[in-house]
Formats: sequence, C-alpha cells, structure tokens
Amino acid sequence: MTTASPESGTNAAIPDAATQIDIYRRMSLISQNDEAARKTVKSGRLMMPYYSPKGQEVIPSAVSVNLNDDDRICTIYRGTHDMLAKGVPLRDLWAEMAGRVTGTCKGKGGPMHVTHPASGAILTTGIVGSSMPIANGLAWAAKLSGSKRVTVAYFGDAASNIGAFHESLNLASVWKLPVVFICQNNLFGEHTRFENSTSVDQISKRAVAYGMPGVTVNGNDPFEMYAAAHAAINRARDGEGPTLIEAMTFRFYGHVFGDDDHYMTKEEKAAALAKDPLPLFRARLIADGVATEATLAELDADIRAQIEDAIQFALSSEMPPLEELTRDVYAEAGAA
Amino acid sequence: MSVETKKLNFIQAINQALVQAMDADPTILVLGEDIADREGGGVVGVTKGLSTRFGDDRVKSTPISEQAIIGAAIGAAIDGYKPVAEIMLMNFTTVCMDMIVNHAAKLRYMSGGQTTVPIVIRMMTGAGISSGGQHSDFLEAWFAHTPGLKVVAPSNPADAKGLMLSCIADPDPCIFIETSRAYGVAGDVPVDATPIPLGKARLAREGADVTLISYAEMVTRCLTAAAELEKDGISAEVVDLRTISPWDEEAVLASVRKTGRAVIVHEAVRTFGVGAEIAAILHEKLFRELKAPVGRLGAPFTPVPFAGNLEQAFLVQPGAIVEAARATMAAN
Repeated sequence: MTTASPESGTNAAIPDAATQIDIYRRMSLISQNDEAARKTVKSGRLMMPYYSPKGQEVIPSAVSVNLNDDDRICTIYRGTHDMLAKGVPLRDLWAEMAGRVTGTCKGKGGPMHVTHPASGAILTTGIVGSSMPIANGLAWAAKLSGSKRVTVAYFGDAASNIGAFHESLNLASVWKLPVVFICQNNLFGEHTRFENSTSVDQISKRAVAYGMPGVTVNGNDPFEMYAAAHAAINRARDGEGPTLIEAMTFRFYGHVFGDDDHYMTKEEKAAALAKDPLPLFRARLIADGVATEATLAELDADIRAQIEDAIQFALSSEMPPLEELTRDVYAEAGAA
Repeated sequence: MSVETKKLNFIQAINQALVQAMDADPTILVLGEDIADREGGGVVGVTKGLSTRFGDDRVKSTPISEQAIIGAAIGAAIDGYKPVAEIMLMNFTTVCMDMIVNHAAKLRYMSGGQTTVPIVIRMMTGAGISSGGQHSDFLEAWFAHTPGLKVVAPSNPADAKGLMLSCIADPDPCIFIETSRAYGVAGDVPVDATPIPLGKARLAREGADVTLISYAEMVTRCLTAAAELEKDGISAEVVDLRTISPWDEEAVLASVRKTGRAVIVHEAVRTFGVGAEIAAILHEKLFRELKAPVGRLGAPFTPVPFAGNLEQAFLVQPGAIVEAARATMAAN
C-alpha cells in the first residue's frame, strides 16, 4: 500500500474467516454473472450494451462487506460488480438488463441506469465522472439527518480527469461529508491508456490537493482492499470526512463488450489474466484453511443456479406495457 | 375576501417565499455561491438573512462549483430533502448541464419512479444590464425541451413568491428564472404564503382583438404595448404564461380562440425559441379560427451585445410589440 497522506493508519484491518468467505462469495457471484452476461449477449439472446467488470471483482466485494444495507453506493455503467456486491438481487438486475417490467426500474433504465434503493444502489450513471457530485448529496443528507449512513462513489480512472471529480472532492472535504471516493483504476479510459491521459502517476496523489487522505492499493488483493475500505468507511461514519481510494486493477474485456482490445498489449493482458484475482483468492482460502474446496464448490454451484434462474426469469418476463413510455417523467397528477 | 398584501420587490418576494417555506418545512435547504450571510446573503441579496435564521447546515454557501452544487442538491433530494439551489446566472447552468439534464431531469424516469429529485434551481439572467454575452442569456428553451424539468419564469413580485412556493412543494425539478433587470421592481405581494399553481397562465389584461402571449419581464413590455394599442382602438389581451413548461395550452387556446390573433413575445433569440412551439400548436389547433398567422417576437440570432445601443436593439421593445400586433390586425 502506498499512501499520499500521513493520516493513513498502518494497523491494517484483517477480515475474519467468515468475512473472507463472504468476499469470495461476492467475487464468485460477479465473475459467474459476468460470464453469463457475455455469453447471453454473444449468443444473441439479449441485446444490451455491456461493460464487463471481469478482473475487478475484488474491489466492491471487499468494500461491500464493510457496508450496511442502508449505506449508499453510486456507481457507473461498468457497475454490475458494484451492484451485485452491494446486494442488488439477481432476478431484478437481469430483468432490468433485459428491459423487462420485472426489472429494478421496470425496464426503463437498462444496464447503465440500474437503481435499487432497497439494497442501497441508488444511482448508476452512464456519464463518466457524475457519480461523485450526487454521492456528495446523499452523504450531505445523511449528515443532516444525523444518520450514520455512508455513501460510496465508484468511478474509473478516466473520471478523475473531469471537472466533476475535482469539484466533488473539494466540496466533500470542505463540508466534511461521510463519503468514500473509490477509483477503480483499470489503466484504461475507454481506449486511452492511463499514462496518456492523466497528469499524475497515482490518482491518490490528487487527494492532497483536497485535504483528504488518499491511498493507492492493490485492488485485486482482497486483504489490502478490505483494509483500505474499512479505514475509509469508519472514518466517514465517525464524521471525519471523505477519503480517496485508488484501487489498482485491470479489466479483461476491453471497454464495451465486443471491442477488440487493440490498445492493450498481448503481454500486459496475459500478465493480468495470469493474476486473475478470483482463482488466486480461492486457492488462498483453501491454502489458509479458511474454506475447503468442497465448500467453495458448493457455494459456486449455488450461485450458478441462481444466475441461471435469474436469466430464465428475465427472459420469460413481460416487456413493460406501453403506458410506461410516458409514465415517470413527472410525478403522477395529484401526487404532489 | 381581500388578501393582505405588502409592497415588495422581486428580491424581497423570493426571500419571503424561502423564509416562509423553510419555516414550515425543515427539509427545505438552500445552497449556492455566496448565499449565506457571511458572504452577503447572495449577490443581489435574495437569500439574505436565511443562514442567520435557519443555520449554516440548512443554508450553505458553496465553492464556485456548479456541478457540485447541483449534484449535492440531487443527492440530498433523493434522500428526502428539498434543496433550493442557486446557480448565480443562467449562463452558468452550461457548466452543470450534465447534472441538470442527465440526472435531475431523468432519475425519476430511469429508476422507474423509485428515486425522485424535488429540487428548485434558481437563477437570474437577462439583457439590459450591461453584462455582455456570457451573463445575459435566456436559455429557457433548452430546459423546456428536456422532459422531466419544469420551467418557471415570473413576471412580477407576487408571482415570484407564489410560484417559488409551488416550485419548492413540487415533486419534480423546477428551473426558476429571475429577470435581473426587474429585480428592483415592486408590486403588491400577499403577506401569507399563497402558492400559485404551476402550469397555469394568468390573464394579465383582458382584450378582444389580439392575444399577446409572454412570460418573465417581457409581460411588462406587452402590457405597455397593449396600453399603446388601446390608443389605436386595438384591444390586446395579455396572457402571462408564468410556467413555460408545462405551458397552459388551454388558457392560451381559449384566449386566441376569442381574439383570433396572437403574437408571442419572449426575450430569448427567436430562432428555435419557445415561441416556435406555441405558434405551431396554435396553427395546428386553431388553423380555421385564426384571422392572421401567429406572430413571434424574440431577439435576433446573435449573442447578447455589450454596447448599450446594441443591447437595447437586441431586446424586444414595446414598440416592436405594437408593430407586430398592428401587422396581425392588418393581415386579413
């Protein structure tokens, strides 16, 4: 772990055995769901823009085990991993991805605009950099109401170059908001390499400019990610203000599913795939005696069945009725 | 029943609306640049006294960060608050259009009605105060063209108060446009909190021969023009839209059905303006009843100039309204 702030603690929190398995469960869910999503799109059973989070499973899994149900997340179009880790139900998510009335948003949001308040997934935005200003508002509301709720804003490395990032970090710091900014640095903004678009070698260094702790962690290491999230979330909950976490990771499947990755070198992709965080963590759990192969296999199989069920549910659900076309633009008459 | 009123200008009227709404509802928040008393209570004093009265938690001065302002308002609104955000000048909304158009306006729809954004975005604008091209634009057509937003533009202090109260109470995001050059104009304003419903026009003047349709400060110019036309024996009716989106189609159609002639007057550039929409609807629905083609007055297709003579030429003057009304009278 590198740090851009002397405030970061060195007494890293370590997840207990049950939490480790919980992190693995979320990672397995994300990974298997991604595989199913790519397959479903490729086969033509479902048409949707899909931004695979494969390779980035650790980040939201290790973050979410530190969050309560009523804590909030704001995520982005590459966000199915964030939503699943926070607890958005598979059936509702798949039905939304398929544009069905049974989806989280009655099929009117789609994969880039999933909202599921019950699990705290309040916003999924398709605009780079716009999760942060709204996360601030949710955090402001928590602070005003005296609740201990924390809001996490997820975004990618490229988002740290838009104005909203800078405005949001500044405001959050000035207002001491209970918000955690988590940059999932997968080294590419669409097709552009991180080093060709960003003025600093570590986004966490930007935290210094906003008077908040900033850390760069290996976002593919569940323990390191857990410790960083634990510290930042506790700090926010205790009223000490925001933190910027830069979680280093790699996306395995290009920008939008279907692009040919021409901008990645074969070597770097091969190196990243060789360090696929999921099998590594799985092996570690077994080696450390935290779980047996049989336990994890059972857990994986259970998730596989749930995903299969969700796909069936989604594809057999009704499309939204046509009156939904013009509903929800404004409150229904009389609702005021 | 007579309503107790007091002479207030726009600034005082909006301030009073905020005070009365905040007194009644603790979830109402105010945020924006320089708005707290420490910073002067707003650049023209609309929010004066609020932070002293309601505290720094509910009334927050912000950095000069328009995206952060609207984002904070949206997030707080999703979680149960009713923020009134000030974007100091309408031109500065260009800096936070993503937050307004992609998020505030669409979150209700995209979430299938689960999250809602009951915010008010206040802003001042208008030519005639020598502010040049980047501090004077009327951009209401942009917002009126965006599903999910409501757009309000009062023409007098009483309406400013009543419409502000309704915007605050409204469950959807409202754009509230204040014309800078009218800020100091006083009028009788109800002392009590009396909301004016959104989407309902006001018959500002009754007439029989031609309908002048307008909003914001241009209504005053239409009334001046109507008085002038009266001298010619032309009886002009003036309809003040009050709310631009949704606009009161019913009231406008009723008036034009009666007079058979219409001229739409707004401050924004005429090209692709709000007048085009209203004119098109009038032609679609009243084609056979119209005695003349619907007229449209707006600014020339140019940025707002600085030089005083050019700026006055940019603004629609009462004389031009008189001429346009006469032209429609001569059309048949």
